Amino acid sequence: MTKDTKIEVPAVEGFFTIEEETHLIGGRFKKSGSYCFPKSLGGSDPDFPEDEIEEVLLSRVGKIWSYTNSAYPPPPPFIAAEPYVPIVIAAVELEEEKMVIIGQVVNGYSVEDLSVGMPVEVKVGTLYEDSEYRYLTWMWKPLFEEQKQDKN
Amino acid sequence: MEDIAILGVGMHPWGKWGRNFVEYGTVAARKALDDAQLEWSEIGFISGAITVRCGYPGYVAGSTMARALGFNGTQVASSYAACASGATALSVARGQILSGACDVALVVGADTTPDGFLAPNDGIRTDDTDWLRFHMVGATNPVYFGLHARRRMEMYGATQEDFALVKVKNSKHAVFNENARFNKEYALEDISASPVVSDPLRLLEICTTSDGGAAVVVSSLDYAKSLGVDNPVRISAIALNTPTYPDPLIDLPYLATDSSANTVPNEIGFKESIGEHVYEEAGIGPEDVDVAEVYDLASSMELDWYEQLGFCQLGEAESLLRDGSTSIGGRIPVNPSGGLGAFGEAVPAQAIAQVCELNWQLAQQAGKRQVKDARIGITANQGLFGHGSSVLLRR
Repeated sequence: MTKDTKIEVPAVEGFFTIEEETHLIGGRFKKSGSYCFPKSLGGSDPDFPEDEIEEVLLSRVGKIWSYTNSAYPPPPPFIAAEPYVPIVIAAVELEEEKMVIIGQVVNGYSVEDLSVGMPVEVKVGTLYEDSEYRYLTWMWKPLFEEQKQDKN
Repeated sequence: MEDIAILGVGMHPWGKWGRNFVEYGTVAARKALDDAQLEWSEIGFISGAITVRCGYPGYVAGSTMARALGFNGTQVASSYAACASGATALSVARGQILSGACDVALVVGADTTPDGFLAPNDGIRTDDTDWLRFHMVGATNPVYFGLHARRRMEMYGATQEDFALVKVKNSKHAVFNENARFNKEYALEDISASPVVSDPLRLLEICTTSDGGAAVVVSSLDYAKSLGVDNPVRISAIALNTPTYPDPLIDLPYLATDSSANTVPNEIGFKESIGEHVYEEAGIGPEDVDVAEVYDLASSMELDWYEQLGFCQLGEAESLLRDGSTSIGGRIPVNPSGGLGAFGEAVPAQAIAQVCELNWQLAQQAGKRQVKDARIGITANQGLFGHGSSVLLRR
């Protein structure tokens, strides 16, 4: 399989770990105790001036807050596959961090397979590829395969 | 804060003309000056709303327009707040007038837009969330609209037909608007036959990108009186709100919301705070409003605004729409101009165009789309990266 010959790299460094149990890499404000994603681009709590951010791994599992898709290929800097298969996007609520993070849903799911409140876990998936590399991003994967079956 | 007077308004029709944005701005400015019966040489201050899609002349929109009208030493500023840029430019002009720095100002915004999705400028910027949301997720603007529309269905039982009915209503209004890009009246079947862009939203429910221009001439009440204008349409309040941390609602261009792990979100949400600000500044409440122009980037967002501006309680927007309250002739007509659905986005002009429409409504000059006896009007608008804006007009 070509899958074994290409080198897998994150499309942009510093957003997630690449391992079996993938985690999103976020930030945790040391004084306020709140979180942000990505770790260097979060807004600050005005009640905790000059708070410092430490790097943390965010919860792997969350619940779908809402979902949609993009029936048409998004414009650059998105690199759309040809032929384009509509991407599905979910906004997922992490319980401990009490925040919502958007991401694509792994291949093979359509909006009909999803519902608000459905548990999902974070995975890595291919954003685009060239002859040498497979460029990865984080994606949400519904946790219980049987839920997909039920919907069908 | 004291009111300021609107002396004149003007627009260049919205469309896909493909010409220099300066041309649209100049046409709109000259119409506004004619409407005010003033010469360009009498303007003390020009306030430009910036476009980031037309190169350097767009970044310095105020001086670009001043040069097109003829450099004459007038004071100038340019403002950027994404879709709220026009309201910011208006607020800058109001500040100049109320501080006494000038008597009368010209506010102008115009844009030439590319086809298709609005997208970030070229380049690789891994520290720019606007770039990252496109590159890492493929999250276009309609993706965010779709997320909120689906959430609305889940929370309040809204249906795709409700979203389509917003478009049906606004298309009826737009039939009578010569400045709108689309004057066609759409039926429910037309909308359900149009392709899905971002589920559950369809092509006809998502605003397109357009070329256009809008301008307003504003002055102190004393200056208006000196011209013999005793009862002008007045601007009583302007909001330029940022959100309050932590904002629990996902919004473009961010990849994530703030975290509410250790801080409880404000009781009043970001968009609700925009209306609250102008109501308080003007000393009125939502029950006093006769007409509204809201930022319907997608038809579903118009329903959100009904609640966010206090026209009804949470979850009641669909009933307000369906019982005709927000149509011309109803209790609180919304988007009598046809809204963005009929215009399309011409980013720096849009918030000014909303003011133009409400000026015509309050001056009883709106022709066949006139809202009867309209005396108080509100605009609502939001620019990405935390720019909420609203303008409250009355007569």
